Amino acid sequence: MEKKWEEMSSDEKQEAQLQKWLSPKDPEGNDLKFQSPQAEKAFKERATRLKDAIQMKKKPDRVPVFTIYGFYPALYAGFTPQELMYDYDKCLVAHNKYVLDFAPDGHIGAVVPGPGKLFEILDYKLYKWPGHGVSPSVSYQCNEGEYMKADEYDAFIDDPSNFYSNVYLPRIFGALEHLHAFSISDVLEIYGAGFNFIPFGLPPVQAAYKALFEAGAEALKWVGFMVAHATEMAAAGFPAFWDGPAKPPFDMIGDTLRGTKGIMTDMYRQPDKLLQGLEAMTPLVIKMGVAGVKASGVPVVPIVMHKGADGFLSDEQYKKFYWPPFRKVLMGLIDEGIVPFCFAEGGYNSRLKIIRDLPKGKVIWWLDRTDMTKAKEILGDVACIGGNVPPGLLAVGTPQQAKDYAKKLIDTCGKGGGYILGNGTVIEQAKPENLHAMIDTAKEYGVYK
Amino acid sequence: MSGELVRLLSDLKEPEALAFVEKALGEGVDPLDLLGQSKEAMNIVGQRFASSEYFIPDLVFSGVILKRIVEMLEPHLKKGQEAERLGKVIIGTVAGDIHDIGKDLVVFMLDVNGFEVLDLGIDVPVQKFVDTIKETSTKVVGLSGFLTLAFQSMKDTVDAIKEAGLRDKVRIMIGGGQIDEQVRGFTGADAYGKDAMEAVRLAKGWIGG
Repeated sequence: MEKKWEEMSSDEKQEAQLQKWLSPKDPEGNDLKFQSPQAEKAFKERATRLKDAIQMKKKPDRVPVFTIYGFYPALYAGFTPQELMYDYDKCLVAHNKYVLDFAPDGHIGAVVPGPGKLFEILDYKLYKWPGHGVSPSVSYQCNEGEYMKADEYDAFIDDPSNFYSNVYLPRIFGALEHLHAFSISDVLEIYGAGFNFIPFGLPPVQAAYKALFEAGAEALKWVGFMVAHATEMAAAGFPAFWDGPAKPPFDMIGDTLRGTKGIMTDMYRQPDKLLQGLEAMTPLVIKMGVAGVKASGVPVVPIVMHKGADGFLSDEQYKKFYWPPFRKVLMGLIDEGIVPFCFAEGGYNSRLKIIRDLPKGKVIWWLDRTDMTKAKEILGDVACIGGNVPPGLLAVGTPQQAKDYAKKLIDTCGKGGGYILGNGTVIEQAKPENLHAMIDTAKEYGVYK
Repeated sequence: MSGELVRLLSDLKEPEALAFVEKALGEGVDPLDLLGQSKEAMNIVGQRFASSEYFIPDLVFSGVILKRIVEMLEPHLKKGQEAERLGKVIIGTVAGDIHDIGKDLVVFMLDVNGFEVLDLGIDVPVQKFVDTIKETSTKVVGLSGFLTLAFQSMKDTVDAIKEAGLRDKVRIMIGGGQIDEQVRGFTGADAYGKDAMEAVRLAKGWIGG
């Protein structure tokens, strides 16, 4: 008899999750129909290659190659970033073209641009996006701010969901300014229950819900294209390798709640509150990652890391504020058989010894400007590493330079497996010939003998 | 003129530093002396940052404390008591890019190191850099950018400065997340810096001070 999920070890859960990923379903839940037997074979080969690199139980047939891109598919297909956010069909066409032309071993889906119209419906204030605060030809960018005030930690810690629904969302979405949601303190027994429905009768609250309904309809329209991309690419032999993001709790609070200056000031003025806030955030982030994987069936969760990079925090600050809650998130995901794809933007040289402290073969460290020789030396026996090809090189270098760089990485990091070749941080601009040179080097030079 | 405030501010002791300033002002201590001590403290903060004893949060928080001290001193300072500046530096995040954290740190460190900084802000059009150089005869320009799209914007800005006939009048430094020697070569800038203290070193080398 098959073991129940709760009885499985994290090893067994990971194997089960990855096996499920190796046998993709169509949106109706039936076995996916591949375009051809060759496509099916290629899908299994690509997914197995990535799986072997992650698990470190055996060497893959060759070094897998994976790329992370922002709006580059727009540029490559001749569209603007704005078109990708508003014309979902173009978004699908551009992302399909990128994957089919460059043929990496896995892709990141088409969700990066996001549904522009939905953001307009909600009057989304956290970002400027193409044609909406920044030029139609550039990527969206965050509006930093203190969306949670310095004296609101207690409110967040006491009831994070209530804080999100009734305080945070109304601040980041203009259309939800008067959003009201139930909270645990509302009486729902018969005596008094009626009172708690009063807010929902008020026109501004009803307007907020109307905006939510419209946004929901738009989200459904958009997600159809996202699913189409994943399904069409899988049928052509290309597995999705990212879904359902999570974040280190420190970045959750530092990026979009308190802001960089806010969280850095809190480290001095109210370190204990910050630590409590980070602790309260931790289970929520784990749930976020698990929910994404359940919805997509792709057990690799991207975790983009910002404020723990070299220089951003001292070792002591990193060990006190950043790593403990982040490690809990990683372990929470690992316990569900999920593979955290930790994407360390900037340098991570000073953190390598600290982040070593995780079970073997459970996580990917995607490194941007870290010394890869050192990374392999310190992490190589416990975790899969990847990344590091500089976006500057891909944007302004030559194919020969890209090839040489990739070869050097394969020589130093590829030894014994546990390595994925790829670019260090999100590609917005690149010469296609440089990208081809990098990807093809994995295929030609990266074969394990 | 090493004093208690130098120690308190450079060690980031906010309540103690503010209490000290309040008490000193009450006792009639010359506000210029307190301002001098604050500058000396910020120099120490900069040195500690350069030697990796301090990190970005420490730099940010030292700025938070300094701002509050300056606010306390201002009503007591007579106009024109500001010290001589070393020279002017133009700083801005290039067109298309709205990131300001790195730029603000550079502006802050240049300012506390005695430069007059003309901060043009974020998403700065190419022409605005050119016009500001013309209007102010500034000799050092710093271009900031976090996104890879900034590479092209930086190059466009350098090219426009060249076309305006100003290239031999200014030294241009660039900085930001993904900037390296290869990108510097592409943009045609004179140098790149990996952090705020390098911007100070470059500016000092070019302007003196």
